[in-house]
Amino acid sequence: MDVLKKIPVREQDPKVRAANFEEVCLGYNQEEAQAEAARCINCKNAQCIKGCPVAIDIPKFIHEVKEGQFAEAAATIAKSSALPAVCGRVCPQESQCEGKCIRGIKGEPISIGKLERFVADWSRENGFVPAKPEKTNGKKVAVIGSGPAGLTCAGDLAKMGYEVTIFEALHEPGGVLTYGIPEFRLPKLGVVRPEIENVKKLGVEIETNVIIGKSVTIDELMDEEGFKAVFIGSGAGLPKFMGIPGENANGVFSANEYLTRSNLMKAFRDDYDTPIFIGKKVAVVGGGNVAMDAARTALRLGAEVHIVYRRSEAELPARVEEVHHAKEEGIIFDLLTNPVEILTDENDWVKGMVVRKMELGEPDASGRRRPVEIAGSDYTIEVDTVIMSLGTSPNPLISATTEGLETNKWKCIVADEANGKTTKEGVYAGGDAVTGAATVILAMEAGRAGARGIDEFLSGK
Amino acid sequence: MYKIVKAECLADKIYLMDVEAPRVAKACQPGEFVIVKMDEIGERIPLTICDYDREKGLVTIVFQTVGASTERMAGMKAGDYFQDFVGPLGQPSEFVKDDLEEVKKRRYLFVAGGVGSAPVYPQVKWLKEHGVDVDVIEGSKTKSLLILEDELRAVAGNLYVTTDDGSYERKGMVTEVIKDLVVNQGKKYDVCVAIGPMIMMKFVCKLTKELGLPTIVSLNPIMVDGTGMCGACRVSVGGKVKFACVDGPEFDGHLVDFDQAMKRQQMYKTEEGRALLRQREGASHHGGCGHCGGEE
Repeated sequence: MDVLKKIPVREQDPKVRAANFEEVCLGYNQEEAQAEAARCINCKNAQCIKGCPVAIDIPKFIHEVKEGQFAEAAATIAKSSALPAVCGRVCPQESQCEGKCIRGIKGEPISIGKLERFVADWSRENGFVPAKPEKTNGKKVAVIGSGPAGLTCAGDLAKMGYEVTIFEALHEPGGVLTYGIPEFRLPKLGVVRPEIENVKKLGVEIETNVIIGKSVTIDELMDEEGFKAVFIGSGAGLPKFMGIPGENANGVFSANEYLTRSNLMKAFRDDYDTPIFIGKKVAVVGGGNVAMDAARTALRLGAEVHIVYRRSEAELPARVEEVHHAKEEGIIFDLLTNPVEILTDENDWVKGMVVRKMELGEPDASGRRRPVEIAGSDYTIEVDTVIMSLGTSPNPLISATTEGLETNKWKCIVADEANGKTTKEGVYAGGDAVTGAATVILAMEAGRAGARGIDEFLSGK
Repeated sequence: MYKIVKAECLADKIYLMDVEAPRVAKACQPGEFVIVKMDEIGERIPLTICDYDREKGLVTIVFQTVGASTERMAGMKAGDYFQDFVGPLGQPSEFVKDDLEEVKKRRYLFVAGGVGSAPVYPQVKWLKEHGVDVDVIEGSKTKSLLILEDELRAVAGNLYVTTDDGSYERKGMVTEVIKDLVVNQGKKYDVCVAIGPMIMMKFVCKLTKELGLPTIVSLNPIMVDGTGMCGACRVSVGGKVKFACVDGPEFDGHLVDFDQAMKRQQMYKTEEGRALLRQREGASHHGGCGHCGGEE
């Protein structure tokens, strides 16, 4: 065995998986997990912990895996993370824990994410249940949104003894874990639901179909329903469009719509009522994880799929692993290409897209090289479906209906990073609602900070 | 779960249900809508609110069967439950938010077409309760499809009923009644509110534009979440992209691109047809309908 290399993880064959919605990565078995754990050199001053936004004691749980003490490993992770089966699958470990691993200097870092996932899956399969607090302190806290930020905040508060109710606008909790990230990366019944059940087992109540700002306002929750504090984890779910001609044509979708139909409404399954349009040739505009998810979903529905992205491969914001998987499955990358118009037929259906070639100029304020149009380079690609994946921004509904809650020019709620405190007393916020679209683990970190802030506020610390 | 306490058939393919949904009943206003989902496999269906009883926690919905999902919904009875019932969604009608003294000065004309009588009713009722009498035109294809006539008569100042085939009251389209009231009878209105099939709203707007009568319409595009997160319901209003679920559903009818909205409404016609055929004919259907691809 070459200790410089990761124990490879088993995956579905690209040809097979391109036609199904089963999970791509099959994960480690016990033997593989213990062998991978044995590669960890158990650093005294572990850098990996510093790379983890919620600071899981990584060397400790990996040592426990190595020794075959999986229940202990689960308990170690549970101290820091409420959603390990999710994070082990969707965190960008290459820029977090694994990016800091000392092993990574000379060889490949330890597969921390895959080990975390192994432990989480093992504990679910073996009925490991988080301990419920013995009694509550009688103080009610409302959490708005049941995505990663809200679930983490609610879980932490419940462990501290608060009576927590989560309000969710959709019919199913989980936020982006449920409607956004596809089944083939994050199984819903097998992984997301049990993880949410674990949060409920801590005593957290989840009320679905409640839209804060419409069904009930934050002020009403605090004045009439007895909630002493509120955490807003409502995310950034408002899709952006380009504003180019033809964008309202039939066959043009936001990635949110496409993914919601497929993931939340299960439109990919024949026995569910919600329809989805399956094109023959699909262009997905954008280069983030959401674009990869939409592209790989369209591919599984039977289309030829192109990613149309205005920068080059080096600038793709998606995770390396996702880009790699997309390529393996046969997604075609049209890089340094930007749409300028969507062409339609006489019935207003998409029939093509005019695109312009780009080249990279000087780095902009964000440090990325700015794409510059090449004059006279327009050409037309024939497509019947266009999926816009240009990012999202926070929904203004909550801030517009809550007196005294300040937002910035991007409609993001202004909140203190350390404790989630907003400009309104008793109201805390975190996750994408504050930062704009970011990652699952950063939302969890913000949920944790919000729980800390609320506890300080309510216990008068 | 949300209990259906009353279910009745109002006319051919048109159904009314009272549903227990206390949060929605407490918060809703005329002009808003709900989204219902029957069960695990069901789709999310947007429906306008027809009435509400805040004390009893009831919300009344009216729907017409147009495809597999609504047809399945029509089979639900009193005592059955919706798995999901969420709302209120959208913006309330303008007059709910405006200063009441200003609203009282305005002369309103409501135009209800077909099942559009359902969303018109709570608006007229609200105005009546706030001391504003309004004129209402109710149009229907034929007498047997006319709904909520008595209810509307009870709250409208004047109610003018018309049927396309002349089987009841006047004969003709709602646009002819508008013309008759404004041009022949010389009635003056400040605002027209027209709700009904897209094609009716389009023609009403064409006429009221000529008459210089500002007109509000309530659009019913395809929706998924109904909370602004997907843009399935986007419409062009005055050249700008709006999401009907959060910016509307009511808009200035003279600025709406109806042709585009109608084409977008047809997007899933094939899928809907497919689903309906599957339900009605099961495995016995082998193509020939032009929808399902069974002949290939």
